[in-house]
Amino acid sequence: MEKFTRLTSIVAPLDRANVDTDQIIPKQFLKRIERTGFGEFAFFDWRYLEDGVPNPDFILNEDRYSDASILVSGRNFGSGSSREHAPWALMEMGYKSIIATSFADIFRNNCMQNGLLPVILSESEVDTIMARALRGSGYKITVDLETQTVTDDQGLKASFEVDPFRKNSLLEGLDDVGITMSLGEAIGSFEEKRTARW
Amino acid sequence: MAKTMFEKIWEQHVVAEPEGQPALIYIDLHLVHEVTSPQAFEALRLTNRKVRRPDLTISTVDHNLPTDDTRNEVIKDPIARIQVDTLRKNCEETGVVLYDIDSAAQGIVHVIGPEQGYTQPGMTIVCGDSHTSTHGAFGSLAFGIGTSEVEHVLATQTLRQAKPKTMEVRFNGELKKGVTAKDMILAAIGEVGTAGWTGYVVEYTGDAIKKLDMAGRMTVCNMTIEGGARAGLIAPDDTTFDWMKGRKFVPKGDAFDTAVAEWRKFASDEDAQYDELLEIDCDSLEPHVSWGTNPGQVAKITDRVPAPDDFEDPADVSSAKHALEYMGLSGGTQIEDISIDRVFIGSCTNARIEDLRSASEIVKGRTVASTVRAQIMPGSTLTKMVAEKEGLDQIFKDAGFEWRESGCSMCLGMNPDILVPGERCASTSNRNFEGRQGKGGRTHLVSPEMAAAAAIEGHFVDVRDWETE
Repeated sequence: MEKFTRLTSIVAPLDRANVDTDQIIPKQFLKRIERTGFGEFAFFDWRYLEDGVPNPDFILNEDRYSDASILVSGRNFGSGSSREHAPWALMEMGYKSIIATSFADIFRNNCMQNGLLPVILSESEVDTIMARALRGSGYKITVDLETQTVTDDQGLKASFEVDPFRKNSLLEGLDDVGITMSLGEAIGSFEEKRTARW
Repeated sequence: MAKTMFEKIWEQHVVAEPEGQPALIYIDLHLVHEVTSPQAFEALRLTNRKVRRPDLTISTVDHNLPTDDTRNEVIKDPIARIQVDTLRKNCEETGVVLYDIDSAAQGIVHVIGPEQGYTQPGMTIVCGDSHTSTHGAFGSLAFGIGTSEVEHVLATQTLRQAKPKTMEVRFNGELKKGVTAKDMILAAIGEVGTAGWTGYVVEYTGDAIKKLDMAGRMTVCNMTIEGGARAGLIAPDDTTFDWMKGRKFVPKGDAFDTAVAEWRKFASDEDAQYDELLEIDCDSLEPHVSWGTNPGQVAKITDRVPAPDDFEDPADVSSAKHALEYMGLSGGTQIEDISIDRVFIGSCTNARIEDLRSASEIVKGRTVASTVRAQIMPGSTLTKMVAEKEGLDQIFKDAGFEWRESGCSMCLGMNPDILVPGERCASTSNRNFEGRQGKGGRTHLVSPEMAAAAAIEGHFVDVRDWETE
């Protein structure tokens, strides 16, 4: 997994609530057997016109956000399907962190497994970041996982919660399977007891 | 101390709780399908790891399969074909059982688990699919996971989980004729919204739940994820055990009686405490129809489509505005005045034999409206065979329905079954997201009875007024 420590980047605003995983990566692109190749299809229905030309009205297509690595959006981001193709697609599109007032559970888990940091802030903090990102261009924030803060140069100083285990995994770039494999003995003895009972 | 069903199952499955880490939970049953597993099997190969318990893992092909008469030919879409072939290869290499296209046990993974008797009370069940919550109808703790977690379960038969909070959702009273489990869950999600249950495990209780058959309970638990909770639970009781008895992988004879005695113990203790309570009255419940682009945007059949200004929260106003535009509807339209082009009876929500029987009652002796194309995709090959034995296929075909093969099909349109832009569909599935059934397609979520009646009339109708033979 990619490490996440500290990131300063332009913020791209997607001012909608309930952005679901069917929007993030539509079903027709879920047929690949690799973890890659999804980025160009992210937000497909919103991002492209009928003939495959980028939709000029879709905000993430605007030049001023093309270098953004942070996405800010409305509540319940990532609702719906469990497809991990959604974080894969967002990461390939260039995003490394997403800020919202809430996330759907499975999506949030999937992000954590891939080093894409979901950050929950309060409504007023998200509104502030959204408004500043929508205004002008070049608005940057810093997401610091070590200190669990989000800051900008206009006085924003927000803090966020993150599970200590997940935090460490992200900072170190560790994947869960390796850590759990080291508990193989505990799993083995649990299995013996369980088999005896059932 | 009195415990909830969730707590009882959780405690039985904690393998380890290392300091500063989420609990490690043992998984009793892992369901696998072609879409969310290839990258997980590939990761095992790359790290030289094995599937720890192929005997606790089962797989089937459901998302990509065509449902027309080309089914037994090679899948035309080359990328879908590779995905299905990859699952075949992965199962062969790892010893995981595969219910392939030619098996009677093939079907939508959440239909076949219970149908074959794999799903049992007190189990932990996971699958790389959000509708795994379905299996909670049997009193098993079941939830959807992503592909990295699929890899984790394949390699270790465990999962890391932070302990969720619990909520009791109590359905009081009694359903009236024509009002179904689908209406119960649509009403509940309409009440709490699509994120209302995030972070919770929901237990459904109350008289109306006790009276539901297993198919109805599965419908309710299936859509738990649409309210944001990963798992929904219903206490196992005689309805559960009667339904399970005799199924292939359910214990037989004395072993069954012993199992039932154990299973009963999983029900929540009478004075168990939940973190939250939501009560819903079923006496006054009406059939529901979704009007928007998430499953929380629902209305009663006797109601009108709301206008954006009817909402207070600015996010809801903006959501409604987007949704109405996408759905081609205007606020104030009577739900019954909405005409439809397509009907889809299928999906892991509502394609069980009981659902097909209920829909057939509505259809019997009637004809599908000339403006409507109506299709039925049974939940499994076995479901299709049973329905044909009962003559349900003939009732549907006589009325003008297309009687097709099983699979996820138009619930998410990964296979060729999709809506064309602008088409409006009465669908028994679970999600009405933009583009879910095809780019530009407009989905209205309803019960099988409501879908069947809409097929006949060409627009939504109140199925409570329906005369059946």
